Amino acid sequence: MNFRKTAILAAATSVIAIGAASADTIKMAFIDPLSGPFGPSGEAAYTSFQLAAEHINANGGVNGDMIEVTGYDNKVNPKESLVQLQKAIDDGARYILQGNGSSVAAALIEAVNKHNARNPGEEILFFNYAAVTPAFTNELCSFWHFRFDAHADMKMAGITDWIAERDDIKSVYLIGQDYVFGQAVAAAAESQLAEKRPDIEIVGNELHPLGKVKDFTPYIQKIISSGADAVITGNWGADMQLLMKAAAESGSDVPYLTFYGGSKGAVSSLGEAGIGLLYQVSEVTTNLEASDEQYALIEEYKERFPDYDYYYHRAWNAMDMFVAAAEAAGSADPIPVAKALEGLTIEHAYGSATMRAEDHQIQQPLYISVVSDDVKYGVDNIDLGWKLVDAGTISMESAEQPTTCEMERPE
Amino acid sequence: METIVFGLLNGVSYGLLLFMLSSGLTLIFSMMGVLNFAHASFYMLGAYFAFTITGSTSFWIALFIAPVLVGLVGALVERYGLRKVHANGHVAELLFTFGLAYLIEEVVKIVYGKTAVDYRVPDLLNFAAFEIYGATFPAYRIFVIFIAIAMLVGLWFLLKRTRAGLIIQAALTHPHMVGHLGHNVPFIFMTVFGIGCALAGLAGLMAGNIFVTDPAMAVQMGPIVFVVVVVGGIGSLEGAFLASLLIGLLQNFAVGINASFAEIFAFTGLSPTSEVGDITISSLAPVLPFLLLVLMLIFRPQGLMGEQEL
Amino acid sequence: MSDATQTFQNLAPSAGAKFRQRTLPILIFAACLAAIPMVGPSRTFYTIAHQMGINIVFALSYNMILGKGGLLSFGHAVYFGFGGYVAMHAMNWIEDGSGLWAGFPVFFLPLVGFAGGALAGAIIGWPSCRKAGTTFAMISLGVAELVFAAAFMFDSFFGGEQGISGDRMNGVELFGLSMGPISEVYWFIAFWTVVGLVGMWAFTRTPLGKLSEATRDNAQRVQFIGYNPQRVRYLVFIFAGGFAGLAGGMAAVNYEIFTPDAMSLVPSGFVLIMAYVGGITYFVGPIFGAILLTYMQSMLSDFTEAWLLYLGVLFIAIVMFAPRGIAGIVFGIWDGLRGSNPGQYIAGLLMKLAGILLMLIGLIVLVEVSVRWSNGYGEVYEPFGMHLGHQNVLSWLIIVVTAVAGVALTRYASKDKEAA
Repeated sequence: MNFRKTAILAAATSVIAIGAASADTIKMAFIDPLSGPFGPSGEAAYTSFQLAAEHINANGGVNGDMIEVTGYDNKVNPKESLVQLQKAIDDGARYILQGNGSSVAAALIEAVNKHNARNPGEEILFFNYAAVTPAFTNELCSFWHFRFDAHADMKMAGITDWIAERDDIKSVYLIGQDYVFGQAVAAAAESQLAEKRPDIEIVGNELHPLGKVKDFTPYIQKIISSGADAVITGNWGADMQLLMKAAAESGSDVPYLTFYGGSKGAVSSLGEAGIGLLYQVSEVTTNLEASDEQYALIEEYKERFPDYDYYYHRAWNAMDMFVAAAEAAGSADPIPVAKALEGLTIEHAYGSATMRAEDHQIQQPLYISVVSDDVKYGVDNIDLGWKLVDAGTISMESAEQPTTCEMERPE
Repeated sequence: METIVFGLLNGVSYGLLLFMLSSGLTLIFSMMGVLNFAHASFYMLGAYFAFTITGSTSFWIALFIAPVLVGLVGALVERYGLRKVHANGHVAELLFTFGLAYLIEEVVKIVYGKTAVDYRVPDLLNFAAFEIYGATFPAYRIFVIFIAIAMLVGLWFLLKRTRAGLIIQAALTHPHMVGHLGHNVPFIFMTVFGIGCALAGLAGLMAGNIFVTDPAMAVQMGPIVFVVVVVGGIGSLEGAFLASLLIGLLQNFAVGINASFAEIFAFTGLSPTSEVGDITISSLAPVLPFLLLVLMLIFRPQGLMGEQEL
Repeated sequence: MSDATQTFQNLAPSAGAKFRQRTLPILIFAACLAAIPMVGPSRTFYTIAHQMGINIVFALSYNMILGKGGLLSFGHAVYFGFGGYVAMHAMNWIEDGSGLWAGFPVFFLPLVGFAGGALAGAIIGWPSCRKAGTTFAMISLGVAELVFAAAFMFDSFFGGEQGISGDRMNGVELFGLSMGPISEVYWFIAFWTVVGLVGMWAFTRTPLGKLSEATRDNAQRVQFIGYNPQRVRYLVFIFAGGFAGLAGGMAAVNYEIFTPDAMSLVPSGFVLIMAYVGGITYFVGPIFGAILLTYMQSMLSDFTEAWLLYLGVLFIAIVMFAPRGIAGIVFGIWDGLRGSNPGQYIAGLLMKLAGILLMLIGLIVLVEVSVRWSNGYGEVYEPFGMHLGHQNVLSWLIIVVTAVAGVALTRYASKDKEAA
């Protein structure tokens, strides 16, 4: 986006004028949807990365260099993403930021691997902030890929840990989208529940086609008549919102444990009906205890981008880790940064996070929260927000999952 | 038993919503042969207009004004856009509506923002009508059923019992003859297009608060309206009505069936772990309408109630 | 009774004219393609050019059924996808080096794609080609949805959401191309674009190609002269599917990944748009459309987030004011310049262009100012150093003045032309 490029450039140059005059620019390419139906989900993250970069630049940058984040609209299409990737490389970007859609992430990992193999000396790194298919840090793991979000199995571990503590939950219903990700979520739920609470009965395991269902009421009625005490779903986007709307409308009152309940619009479309119904597992919520500095940041974000909420804390984590790694390595070149990132631990506003060296998967605590009207920060510009539930903190150790990654590293 | 009752209730309420959405397209498609890909965009406009009017006045006023506004927009589109394009053939018309769909979506984004708006069910109807087998059935859905039936009766009366309706019906099948009889066919076309869009707007008004009112809602409704129109048959409102109910019921009952192909075709020795055997009927539910469409076109191209082939 | 013998002028083109009209444009096109790498283009240029080459073949194959066959399809990406998937699997077989595939060069994978697309066309075309017109269109819509849904159910062939990926740097090397760097893939794309172009052009010269046009215009008469129109449609459909598969095979090698998205309604709609915007009544029309729309799709989003709005306006403008597409405009101008009064024509043309430009400026300012206003991030549209905020009277003044002046000028130019 040209106007954005110029906006950031202006911001960056004004800082440069104050600070070091000899500063270089570290270019990062944000490749995600910025138009069309998925535009808002990309833009919410894009704005987060932008603000994070601005703060870093204002504090003197990375080894004196400024960060510039540029948006490339991939229209959530894998092929278009590869086109945008080539454009980004041409524009001098050595760091790729992406998160929406595992199919896009898979295509980018492949493409980055091949690019780095075929163009030695021009390596690029891929920072994945939201594509959670476990395979990316297991059998498909790559030295060039770092994931700054908990993957599906880790999130599921959070959910099943919480369920394990709840004796009143005796049966669980699984519903998800019928494709790799939805199937992986269902499989993880089954195996983890069998291990942690063998007495829990899985009363339903439903997969519906991706993005094709308009009215979820029949699914909800199946859930109700199954008598389940809790529902687990990895649904996202419209499938998530429509599922929850139908649940509220049909008077379903069991907890819906979701991966993406916190995504834009889900809470507002439910309204009061979401209280005590919609749960999410996430690496952070804005209503956790934090420093005044962090509160100020949340408010600054809201003021700058009134359409969105402070949701992508991982954007700050990713950028902070990048800065720490680049400063430790004394260089912003991809290979030294990647090596410095391995095993790096940082302290962020809500605790600490570690980049596991074996598979480049971030390790951090997870939180289970529920929609509530008793919160400091609402979401979607209404008074409802996310509140941590009892025993909702999942420690880093509990969330940690083993990996099968056998990584090939450059010498 | 539960499955049957739930299937019937949801099937009918969803089917009627579909009917509201597609009845307008049946009129437009039958009379003008226009593959209106922007029809769902008018549905979206209905929801957004209703949101605005509900915000400043009340839902009940929106119920009357929003569809009329959408109808006016539709009439303008016909008068100043489609009519010019008509001479260039159906593909041109189709592409025009393609472009229009993009245009409407982007303009909606600029005016209302890119994310969902908070369009709610009116408080008066926001309660559970009754409860069966532990699930409640919202009063608003009963209201939707009621409105849809009222609309059907109203349309039927208009088309079959009024003079204007007779002319429209005649123009549906024999536009040239109607023109020769001295009626202003372009005006009839404009009116029908407007009415068709108004009906889509009404559907958006009714559905926007059950589902989600955001700029993607038109894309989501997408091609299913064509299925209803084609399966129902050209020029037949009754057909569209039957087809909507059929599709609503089909989808809802299919969701209730957990059987997989392996179980159904066990006699062929299909393995439950194979990719084909693993498919369950309930996971197929949303694509069944398209299967119905293809089969219907191959074996009965005139549709359920249509008098002519496409 | 007059004498029945007449002297017919020989209407057949001379050998020179044949060369000029048929062979020369293709030679020029090929020469242009060959010249491009000499200017040392960037990676972005190559990437976009590859996408254009693929889309040119894809859009031309679509025009075989729409422009030449009169069949409106909403599912042409299905054949593109099948071709691509088959080629993708073949690429992986080459990597495994099993049996026959060990000696198969990656360079010839588009042929495998052609076979895959043609096979899919032969299977799906059988029930759907029995009818033409809207019935055919609706069947293609249904089939496209079904195939797309099936793509998520049969992971072994379609690879689920993540698709199938492979590595093109395997197997036998041809022409000294390792196929690794993007500049080497360029020759592959250029070669197959020309092959596809020549192949499809040659097809229009075959009896089947001629019959296809006849069937489009009047199926009944084709039947009278002893051909079965259903069969003609079916055969054309298979060839169109094959060439779409060829494009799919090119895409498979270029991107080294194929996902089910490539078979959805979105690319099917996009190819329709490419063909129509380019001009379906001309053989070369879809080439223009493919070039323009590929560029818009990948580059326009750099300049504005409202690029879909401009796309919508472009379609509407094309169908309303230039129904023969870009090719129609280009050939219209060409004819005008060679017409009786080129001076006057150029004057009128320039006036029209100026009018369109003014309207465009008005539109762009309106859209860009509104988009920023709507976003509420406090960004301001600043073209050429001007500061056009939504509170600035100047912005709205520019919008109104340019739009009104543009409309007036174009109207005047058109009227002037009619009078003349």
